[in-house]
Amino acid sequence: MATIPQAAVPGFLRRPTATQGFVGWVTTIDHKKIGALYGVTAFIFFILGGVEALLIRLQLAQPNLDVLTADRYNQLFTMHGTTMVFLVVMPMSSAFMNFLLPLQIGARDVAFPRLNALSYWVFLFGGLFLYSSLFFGGAPNQGWYGYAPLTTKLYTPGHGVDFWALSLQMLGIASLASSFNFIVTALNMRAPGMTLLRMPVFSWMTIVVSFLLITAVPPISVALFEVSFDRFFGTNFFNVAKGGDPILWQHLFWLFGHPEVYILILPAMGIVSEILPAMSGKPLFGYAVVVFSGVAIGFMGWGVWAHHMFVVGLGPAANAAFATSTMLIAVPTGVKIFNWIGTMWGGQLRFAAPAKFAIGFVAMFIIGGLSGVTHAVAPADTQQNDTYYIIAHFHYVLFGGAIFGLFGGIYYWWPKFTGKMLNEGIGTLHFWLLLIGFNLTFGPMHVVGLNGQLRRTFTYAEGTGWDTWNLVETIGAFVIAVAVLAFIYNVIITMRSRVRAPHDPWDARTLEWLTASPPPEHNFDEIPVVHARDEFWHRKYSEDESGRAVPRPDYQPQTAAVVQHAHGSGHGIHMPSPSYFPLVTALGLPIMASGLMMKDSYGYAGWGTIAVGAVVLLTGIYGWCLEPVAEE
Amino acid sequence: MSTRHEQAAPEVHQEHAHPGPRTYVEIAVALAVLTTLEVILSYINVNDFARGLGIMICMTLKFALVVMWFMHLRFDNRLFTVMFVGGLTLAVAVFIAVLSIQRAIFA
Amino acid sequence: MAVHTTTGGHEATTSTGLDNRKLFMWLFLGSDCLFFGSLIATYLMYRGRDEALGKPGPHPAEVFDIPYTSASSFILLMSSLTMVLALSAIQRGDVRRLRIWLLATSLLGLTFLGGQAYEFTAFVHEGLTLRTNLFGSSFFVLTGFHGAHVAVGVLMLLSITVLASQGRIRQQDSMTVELAGLYWHFVDIVWILIFALIYLLP
Repeated sequence: MATIPQAAVPGFLRRPTATQGFVGWVTTIDHKKIGALYGVTAFIFFILGGVEALLIRLQLAQPNLDVLTADRYNQLFTMHGTTMVFLVVMPMSSAFMNFLLPLQIGARDVAFPRLNALSYWVFLFGGLFLYSSLFFGGAPNQGWYGYAPLTTKLYTPGHGVDFWALSLQMLGIASLASSFNFIVTALNMRAPGMTLLRMPVFSWMTIVVSFLLITAVPPISVALFEVSFDRFFGTNFFNVAKGGDPILWQHLFWLFGHPEVYILILPAMGIVSEILPAMSGKPLFGYAVVVFSGVAIGFMGWGVWAHHMFVVGLGPAANAAFATSTMLIAVPTGVKIFNWIGTMWGGQLRFAAPAKFAIGFVAMFIIGGLSGVTHAVAPADTQQNDTYYIIAHFHYVLFGGAIFGLFGGIYYWWPKFTGKMLNEGIGTLHFWLLLIGFNLTFGPMHVVGLNGQLRRTFTYAEGTGWDTWNLVETIGAFVIAVAVLAFIYNVIITMRSRVRAPHDPWDARTLEWLTASPPPEHNFDEIPVVHARDEFWHRKYSEDESGRAVPRPDYQPQTAAVVQHAHGSGHGIHMPSPSYFPLVTALGLPIMASGLMMKDSYGYAGWGTIAVGAVVLLTGIYGWCLEPVAEE
Repeated sequence: MSTRHEQAAPEVHQEHAHPGPRTYVEIAVALAVLTTLEVILSYINVNDFARGLGIMICMTLKFALVVMWFMHLRFDNRLFTVMFVGGLTLAVAVFIAVLSIQRAIFA
Repeated sequence: MAVHTTTGGHEATTSTGLDNRKLFMWLFLGSDCLFFGSLIATYLMYRGRDEALGKPGPHPAEVFDIPYTSASSFILLMSSLTMVLALSAIQRGDVRRLRIWLLATSLLGLTFLGGQAYEFTAFVHEGLTLRTNLFGSSFFVLTGFHGAHVAVGVLMLLSITVLASQGRIRQQDSMTVELAGLYWHFVDIVWILIFALIYLLP
């Protein structure tokens, strides 16, 4: 393999070799480290989004409060929504996918490790770019789905919407890149014998989510380009005076937005489908059905977007069609719920923290799913539209669903990520506080919503009958905050503890538990050959005549010591080298975006900045393409 | 794009015999003819429906010729076809739905 | 993007037997269908609306120059031929013909871009800009994004031409050319759609 002589490469871009420390982290292309970066970053954004929610709840605790000004309130709910969707649930899911997908399918890394690093850096810069708006004239204040023509310069003259549109554009690029990567990885990098229908459900959901992303992101990219062009170059896409049509935005946004709902929930469903079998000591009930309903949800998720637009007046035919398709999509979702219950039924359930969160997920998701079906009825939806009933519904699916599932995944895989166990007692406290706080906060919203309290309204009058419930909601929100603090405390004491986790704490079933915890850089000393679904389980147990599991006498766990020994002698395993270029390439984007925002006030300085960003971007891309994958 | 080939082992050849330059030139001639036909159709005086239909047929044929021969989908692994035609079908279906909903509202 | 054989460069096959990069490219093209689909749908949704609402022109019928655009469409079509000939050359190990055909493809692409620049200028002279009306906005943004795709393609082709003349594209590297080719043909089929749907259909 011919390589460029190192002397020919400018010093600042010479191939990094560090695997530790700052340089090690910014140049890493190890999927496990990138997963960790995603997870930590997403959790920091979770704290920010949570603080925003607390401020919103403080303002609404009583009628006619003025904790916040109306404009500040608008900024907070916009940032809260955008943060939780794009900077918390999506990247947190991505953290799990990054870490687990290669391990679950028996691969050494993803198909394109450097592209994986690029995804993370673009995501990080996109998030930071959005939050930098706080220092440049205020955050976006138009709501997280940015309905036109509110997003045109006429109605939102500041830079908030610019920051919002450009950062979402970057986050879209990050999602696209990692989705292509995950699909190719799952299809092409499987260990011998790992057929598609032997893949763990979480890996399957990764594929489905990735397909949803690569098809759903382009429409919103175009919509965001159109908004940005309207704002930066004076086009008329959403300029009502020139005949621009706000409904165009709604179509393009919800063409993305509804698949996005499944993008948010399917990873959590995958996580729960891993936790419940391990915790019940039984294989997943109806594996193939769970997988196919996941795929069916993915397909049907593309045919329901206009149920977000019932009040537009699309006409009876369109409304009826979308109401029907929306009710139909409840079927595969309900099938999954029965499968999870069937998995637990007759199993030997252990109510450890991951199981609690998984069961909490199923219960809360059922509530959210049922209120969702009520939206499918177009006339009822007309009543519910833009009220707190909607807020209640999507928090039951996205918080009660996605966040509970993700926390369950954190407790379940923490020993795999770090080699240590999170404290079970604090975990239990965390769970109950979260469950109680969550229901106190979002349960009453059903009531006040149906009583007419509108979302996105910064205060309400006395005598509406909403004040008691709103106070309860605010108290609930602070209980959630305490629950999250309990989790943080749990993480801190676990990090300090020297006690190592057992090799296989949950008696797990899938391949990621075959290797050491945390896994070595190359994941597996020897690529496993897969003979069955739940391969790891079958390596541990055989069945007697009555179908009961009997431990295999010849099973030997692969402990850390064994792995270190093998690592020392394992010179044959060659991993790709770290690289600066994903970081450099990603850096070009926020520079170009800043230039675009400067061009109106600073003229040539703005265009100059765009040019600098473009040069940085091209430097990154060319450096990337010309450097070999691994130094020999 | 990488400049060096990382795979020392020879590639797996799923493709069956690729057509040669002669076939490619024939396809290009067909494309040119279809384009000419399209342009002529847009000028002659027939009713709008017939003209629209004719142009759409020419367009589809051109599209299919390039995808199947120049991009080798006709000879390549079916998975590639699934990936591409999947995205294409989704786009066509969804945007026909959007346009017909919008046409109904606007009219 | 390179194939990452994380086992040290001697992994013979992938699970499906398909090249990672090629699978990536087809997925990308499938995804890009939705991107151009959205742009074309925007144009079609706004088509005729300026006239219907009595907004000032220029309207499409007043500015489109069909013979001129037919010529530039023909040029882009022929660049697909030269592209596939370039791939055919390197698959036979003929680096000299590869360079000739790649250069021809790039030149045809540049000619198309030049033609588009001229067309845009002509439209501006007739009073049609991004800001004029819905037609101006949706037309320039759609064809502009297509032009940007062509420009990226030209950059890729020229880079590969340079690498080929340094002896860094050999017969066993034909996948690099094939990937650039897939992208190039895709840009061409998008134009096939734009030419028929935007220019020719009444």
